[in-house]
Amino acid sequence: MKQQLENIKAEAIEEIRKAKDSLKLDEVRVKFLGKKGALTGILRSMGGLSPEERPIIGKLANEIREDIECALEEALKQVKEKEKMARLSLESIDITMPGRNRDIGNLHPITKVLDEIKEIFFGMGFSIAEGPEVELDYYNFEALNIPKNHPARDEQDTFYISDSVVLRTQTSPVQIRTMEKIKPPIRIIAPGRVYRSDAVDATHSPTFHQIEGLVVDKGITMANLYGTLDTFAKKFFGEKTRTRFRPHHFPFTEPSAEMDISCHVCDGKGCRVCKGSGWIEILGSGMVHPDVLRKGRIDPEVYSGFAFGLGLERIVMKKFEIDDIRLFYENDVRFLKQF
Amino acid sequence: MKVPYKWLCEYVNLDKNINEVADALTISGSKVEEVIEFGKEIDKVVTGKIIKTEKHPDADKLTICKVDVKDEVIQIVTGASNIKEGDIVPVALHGSSLPGGVKIKRGKLRGVESNGMLCSEVELGIANENSVHGIMILKEDTPIGEDIKKILGLEGGIIDFEITSNRADCFSVYGIAREAAATFDKELKKIETSFNETDESINDYLSVEVKSSLCRRYAARMIKDVKIGPSPEWMQEKLRQCDIRPINNIVDITNYVMLELGQPMHAFDYRYIKGKKIIVRTAQDDEKFKTLDGVERNLNSSMLVIADGERPIGIAGVMGGENSEIKEDTTEVIFECANFDGTNVRLTSKKLGLRTDASSKFEKDIDPNLIDIALNRACHLVELLGAGKVAKGVIDIYENKVVPYTLEVSPQWINNFLGVNIQKERMKKILENLEMKVKGDDVFKIEVPTFRQDVKIKEDVAEEIIRIYGYDKIPVKKILGETVEAQWTLEQMLIKKVKNVMVFCGLYEAMTYSFTSPKVFSLINLPENHELRNTVNILNPLGEDFSIMKTTGIPSILECLGRNYKRDNKEAKLFEITKVYIPSGNNLPNEYDKLIIGMYGKVDFFDLKGVIENLLNILGIDKAEFEREENNSIFHPGRTANLIVRKKNAGVLGEIHPDVAENYEIEDRAYIAEIDLKTLFEAAKNEKRYKPLPKFPAISRDIAMLVDENISVSELEKVILREGKELIESVKLFDVYKGKQIPEGLRSLAFSLTFRAEDRTLKDEEVNKVHESIILKLKEKFNAQLR
Repeated sequence: MKQQLENIKAEAIEEIRKAKDSLKLDEVRVKFLGKKGALTGILRSMGGLSPEERPIIGKLANEIREDIECALEEALKQVKEKEKMARLSLESIDITMPGRNRDIGNLHPITKVLDEIKEIFFGMGFSIAEGPEVELDYYNFEALNIPKNHPARDEQDTFYISDSVVLRTQTSPVQIRTMEKIKPPIRIIAPGRVYRSDAVDATHSPTFHQIEGLVVDKGITMANLYGTLDTFAKKFFGEKTRTRFRPHHFPFTEPSAEMDISCHVCDGKGCRVCKGSGWIEILGSGMVHPDVLRKGRIDPEVYSGFAFGLGLERIVMKKFEIDDIRLFYENDVRFLKQF
Repeated sequence: MKVPYKWLCEYVNLDKNINEVADALTISGSKVEEVIEFGKEIDKVVTGKIIKTEKHPDADKLTICKVDVKDEVIQIVTGASNIKEGDIVPVALHGSSLPGGVKIKRGKLRGVESNGMLCSEVELGIANENSVHGIMILKEDTPIGEDIKKILGLEGGIIDFEITSNRADCFSVYGIAREAAATFDKELKKIETSFNETDESINDYLSVEVKSSLCRRYAARMIKDVKIGPSPEWMQEKLRQCDIRPINNIVDITNYVMLELGQPMHAFDYRYIKGKKIIVRTAQDDEKFKTLDGVERNLNSSMLVIADGERPIGIAGVMGGENSEIKEDTTEVIFECANFDGTNVRLTSKKLGLRTDASSKFEKDIDPNLIDIALNRACHLVELLGAGKVAKGVIDIYENKVVPYTLEVSPQWINNFLGVNIQKERMKKILENLEMKVKGDDVFKIEVPTFRQDVKIKEDVAEEIIRIYGYDKIPVKKILGETVEAQWTLEQMLIKKVKNVMVFCGLYEAMTYSFTSPKVFSLINLPENHELRNTVNILNPLGEDFSIMKTTGIPSILECLGRNYKRDNKEAKLFEITKVYIPSGNNLPNEYDKLIIGMYGKVDFFDLKGVIENLLNILGIDKAEFEREENNSIFHPGRTANLIVRKKNAGVLGEIHPDVAENYEIEDRAYIAEIDLKTLFEAAKNEKRYKPLPKFPAISRDIAMLVDENISVSELEKVILREGKELIESVKLFDVYKGKQIPEGLRSLAFSLTFRAEDRTLKDEEVNKVHESIILKLKEKFNAQLR
């Protein structure tokens, strides 16, 4: 009987070894360990054994059952692992097929760049101010030291609604409106649409965007103006950007300055984009004229300030190398998708 | 304004490369637009002597020359016929370049070797109307082997300045010289103005009367024994370089003085001045006058004229008259040197459409005291050129003399204001170089010359100092002082949210013009008397198409859709946040922000509605309803809804009416929404509060039924929710079917209902009871047949 048990074990181990899948293993389990299985048969026939033999054979039978179970378990684990590997390899997909995505739209390139600029100034403590686009002549011109018949009015060809109402030609009227509303310290930017009666072509549009800036406080200096704009230029155009301040004339600032940045295409060496000069003009600025502060009901003997204004379209065009301003207002989706 | 570099150097010893000077002047405030270097493109062109010529063996028109260029003798074949042995000519050597990017290389002409080219004036880019045809023959004593640029004086160039309107004093070569002198801290040379007078007095020939204050000063000199002829080449060359055509010695002198000093002048032929007098007066309305250019002008009383005893002989500050111009036989000349109101000259020249060199100078309001030096300079030039003799005396009518202005400023204040630290002595030197007189130490008392009308306040003085000291020396400083907190306004944040929702719903942001055509109202089917036809109008538009300010954003977005459709874009989904401008009865119109959505392609009404629902959701607006709108003529009567937010109409959304789509050439269904952002934002809830997650499970039930197709889903939903009482959590439509197997006039709708109680697990019996009552109500109210 002992031999019989040993044979069963050997037979079972051999069959387990041969079994290729979990189904076959289960058959083996039934064959040897099942109710009608070989080992079960032996155990049943143990009644015919002597009391001395019974525990010995019983023990051996149990050991063999455990061995077989163990072997089965081990084999099953291996087979399952193999099966899993096989399944995983079958499940391989072509990951180069396109993803399933929702159509997402896009912001207009002008909005994108404006948002970027807003964030930079926001970080420097500037809030966003606004003013009307249909504006009183007073705010657009008079209060900014541009009386009737001033030559600057010819330079900014103006759309008139009536004698005293214009489409604002610049965002600068927001300076006066802001000073009327809040007391210093003032630190704002005022982005918005402006209008000039320029006929439409690749570089001219009768409507475009400007960003005005205004800072008024005690002890504001021209060095603060330069510092602020230099910081802006480096954050927006990159840390390596060099800036150049040049004297200029605006009726509402004194002293006035234009700022150039080193050309980002040629790094200042001179190229087509910067017309060989190495510099690109990006904005006008200056110390707020004392008359303008007075118009904003601020005492120029106590406070000083600076202001600046930059044209957004020009910057966006430089940034993305767009050569025709009309594209901004055509809204062809093939254009809008690119940014 | 063009300034020849060599001319500039006559007044200030610059001793620098033209580009260095241009850069430095740009930085000190005279912005250079362009530097035109004469000989820039000419390279390796030298003078050479033709020592031998012979006919080309195979070509009648070609000549073989042996040319001595000092270091060697080279052979050149030329087609020119005006050369002979002994001539000294410009020779472009092998490897040389000429204007226009021309490169000269060694080669063979009809088999004979040619090692360069003999040049004409045209080829050197220096031709003028006196140029001869053929090779340029240089003077006999010209040294050979020299760079042609040196020989022809092509080493300089012209600097073109952009002069700002406040700097009338810089509109001349001498004005720029003054700037250059201050910039480089060099001496500014005086202008030669000496001359002799004859015994005859101008007063015996002429009297002048000024009848208008628009003429601030009027001075005149008389030139006798005039001999009209060409002016010398040096003068003509300078005029030409400044784009002025030489005419004759007298006229050229007036133009020369204008370029040199910035004071326009005019010369009248004395014999045509009737009544021996000049009267400066305003013109009569409809007075006719023929200007020098031969054009008859119609004058009016806003314009100032120079008249004689009978008629106008010039338009003040703009142009002289044909009736008194200098002719070849002119023998007596009156020089006018006057000062007119700048604004008046500008307006006159604008009204006449006649902008001249003179008017563009006068309109900047030049210094009346400039007349003294200018008139004397002109007389000096007359004598220098031998063009005539200056009669004794000057007529000078100058009532309100402009005198130097004095102001005070402390150097300390200037440093504080600029944020720099410049020594007092340095400041003084800068101001003195600009011809300002400075007294005092702790406080500067500054006398500003009359040609600097732009320097009036201490900030102006600060600018003068810093621009010469150098804007590039301004340090970078952070703003100190009280911290200012930046903040977005609620509206700014909400607009950001709106834009983000639109983008994530697959829409592209558009930007359109704020002005449009009055024709758009008919294009969108707007009734004749509709309030939106009341618009803000532009008095001077670019054309009718841009003549009114938008009162609705719909036409512009339709234009964009139309444009995309025309360009074969299969789909376009756009949005715009735009202002509309509604007349208010006050000075300024009301400006409202509108959200406009426009789409066509694989979309329908419910895609549009879905976008709006997403927006309402993100903005936290829960009390919004969509109400059927059948009477908006822009839209499809059966596919349009008004958005009602807190009982206010917040806008409209729907399919565009086929007639409107046709007007915009969109052969597809297009969907448009126009939403008023103010109404929306008033209802927006920025705060959200946490609601505990349900603790007990939900039970779902579906209802499928047939109902009359005119019964709306929202009516059914309302009844279901009402009957579901506190147990119903949500109702959701999941299927709609019309067609086969469904009787005409009915449609099949299927809803999924979810029931839940907050405090217990619901039992089937409870749910069944409520569900039954819902079904009962649906049957009773809508005659619904359960499926």
